[in-house]
Amino acid sequence: MALDKYGIAKRIAQELQDGMYVNLGIGIPTLVSNYVPAGISIMLQSENGMLGMGPYPAEEDIDPDLINAGKETVTVLPGGCFFDSAESFGMIRAGKVNLTVLGAMEVSDNGDIAHWKIPGKKGKGLGGALEPGAAAQNIIVAMMHTNPKGESKLLPQCSLPLTGVRCVKKIVSDLAVLAITPQGFKLLERAPGISVEEIKAKTAGRLIIEGEIPEMRL
Amino acid sequence: MNKVVANADEALHDIPDGAVLMLGGFGLSGIPENSIAALVRKGVKQLTCISNNAGVDDFGLGLLLQTRQIKKMLSSYVGENAEFERQLLSGELEVDLIPQGTLATRIQMAGMGIPAFFTPAGYGTEIAEGKEVREFNGKQYLMELALHADFAIIKAWKGDTMGNLVFRKATRNFSTSMAKAGNITIVEVEHLVQPGELDPDQVHVPGIYVHRIFQGKDYEKRIERKTVKM
Repeated sequence: MALDKYGIAKRIAQELQDGMYVNLGIGIPTLVSNYVPAGISIMLQSENGMLGMGPYPAEEDIDPDLINAGKETVTVLPGGCFFDSAESFGMIRAGKVNLTVLGAMEVSDNGDIAHWKIPGKKGKGLGGALEPGAAAQNIIVAMMHTNPKGESKLLPQCSLPLTGVRCVKKIVSDLAVLAITPQGFKLLERAPGISVEEIKAKTAGRLIIEGEIPEMRL
Repeated sequence: MNKVVANADEALHDIPDGAVLMLGGFGLSGIPENSIAALVRKGVKQLTCISNNAGVDDFGLGLLLQTRQIKKMLSSYVGENAEFERQLLSGELEVDLIPQGTLATRIQMAGMGIPAFFTPAGYGTEIAEGKEVREFNGKQYLMELALHADFAIIKAWKGDTMGNLVFRKATRNFSTSMAKAGNITIVEVEHLVQPGELDPDQVHVPGIYVHRIFQGKDYEKRIERKTVKM
């Protein structure tokens, strides 16, 4: 069965390593924080200027001065700290943040990403979505393999305006885990019960299949 | 060295029509509420506003959009404001959407006396159109220009009468850089204190950047997305 958004978040959480500084984008990426494996300690960065972002507050602890990049009220964990936006994007561009998890509308088989706007519709702005793609760091994309019409979102070339060039390292979709290699998407794992044939049929970009492809373990 | 003025109206008295303003805050967090209200009262028009967001329909910069006082916005994300969208689509409002980190650094560089810089953000995307590209160590970078304002208008948590500022939690956002990028920097504070009451080791913005400071009042501190633990 294809994964739901929680399953995708759970699988991405397996990529976390102890001591990582991690930035989670809005949407499915935010859910990853619910599945941090036991014994692993990470620091979440929020690009409006915080390291050590904690969970949502209890009602009585809500503080209008303490929000995340999605403008939601949050908390700060012991060991956390605050800084300004210029410093925040500096640490992203300089590659100090070890892992960024983003959503995407399209990813191409060379690692280009489009996750901003549909042409012809007025954009609401990129916000802070562009900088991670510019930094030489680890980007994992959380996405559905196909759009609601059933068309592949893993393409030979993005059709939408790019927001990052050759920056995606790995994709976790509802169907599969894939690495971006110079030869294209390399299939690493299948979602439970999903066949290699189905993944093949729903991947428009170059797909590399080598040997037995294991099922994800969730 | 005493930079204290009585209130927002006095602090903003010389802002003319057509001025370029920077306004601090992220979403509705840490915005200069008193000053925005005073700008509405003053009725100055044709403003260019540099601010990460454009507020919501009835709060923050949304108030200045309602009264059509803004001619142009420079922002990174403007998704939460229907009136903004209407004015943008009808062509009443000019908008320059800038990636958030580039916006922050353009403001920061103005305060550092650096006219331009090279950033990797946006290379190979629409953002790069018309911009100079240079290669450093095998990687491509875009040239971006420092961003100045006639007036920077920000809110801090505490400030002393000499303009030294301290911020609280996640409210430093764009405000500390904007404080340094205005020809005139105007600060409203929740707590105005005397020199010596702030620990010099803990000052976030040195008073040299600040021209006018006043004790703010009646802060609403509206929350855009209230989220609580389940």
